[in-house]
Amino acid sequence: MMQGIIDLHHDIFFFLILILVFVSRILVRALWHFHYKKNPIPQRIVHGTTIEILRTIFPSIIPMFIAIPSFALLYSMDEVVVDPAITIKAIGHQWYRTYEYSDYNSSDEQSLTFDSYTIPEDDLELGQSRLLEVDNRVVVPAKTHLRILVTSADVPHSWAVPSLGVKCDAVPGRLNQISISVQREGVYYGQCSEICGTNHAFSIVVEAVPRKDYGSRVSNQLIPQSGEA
Amino acid sequence: MADIDLKTAPADFRFPTTNQTRHCFTRYIEFHRCIAAKGEESGDCEKFAKYYRSLCPGEWVDKWNEQRESGNFPGPL
Repeated sequence: MMQGIIDLHHDIFFFLILILVFVSRILVRALWHFHYKKNPIPQRIVHGTTIEILRTIFPSIIPMFIAIPSFALLYSMDEVVVDPAITIKAIGHQWYRTYEYSDYNSSDEQSLTFDSYTIPEDDLELGQSRLLEVDNRVVVPAKTHLRILVTSADVPHSWAVPSLGVKCDAVPGRLNQISISVQREGVYYGQCSEICGTNHAFSIVVEAVPRKDYGSRVSNQLIPQSGEA
Repeated sequence: MADIDLKTAPADFRFPTTNQTRHCFTRYIEFHRCIAAKGEESGDCEKFAKYYRSLCPGEWVDKWNEQRESGNFPGPL
């Protein structure tokens, strides 16, 4: 999905630069040739059929070339083509997130649930980003199709991670689905994107680990933490 | 449990949109209808249970379980 967004940006930039070069050329040329010292008596052209047609046709074709890939991407982003491998529920609260990994539950008792709080400014260690680090990161496998179900328990929140091309509103009583596939291992940061109160800037941290390490990360790291809570 | 099987509720063509609220609710109802039809012992219903546990927030499931017990569950069981 993120790759699609980057590709669309490059597509649009082709037209953008084309237009910029063309308009700059016209502008500079006009300033140069019609300088009052060089050309004291201005020409008086009031009509030109050819140029009228050209400057109507081209500006209407260019937005079409931009719209086609744009709509194709827009609609393909909603579609879930393959069955996801894991489902993670992100539940927004004022002001923390609860993450539920329930694919391995054998009863209605939640086994893999943890809260993710933003680390307060005073507790930051050297090298950590202010208002971005959390105590419990969301661990996901890389190069795997993920289903994130976003909802909220109080006011509308949002689950946004710009590097993954994801922004999804969290509405109480409604489950919003987004499918993502993290292409590279690493730590991805995001913040709430829906005004939700005092600590609106609370953060979201996704940590992508290699698929082979995911099992041990989930069973070793997350289960003890939820056991303490 | 280092090697866990990565498996979850599949994409359902009945719910192709972003809004998956009904998906979760339907799976929950399907499980309880299955139990009602086949009985607790039959293992056929376990997959529906896995689906709704994957899809529904725990808080919702708790609330619905309570409502079923007190007989005011707002769905066709």
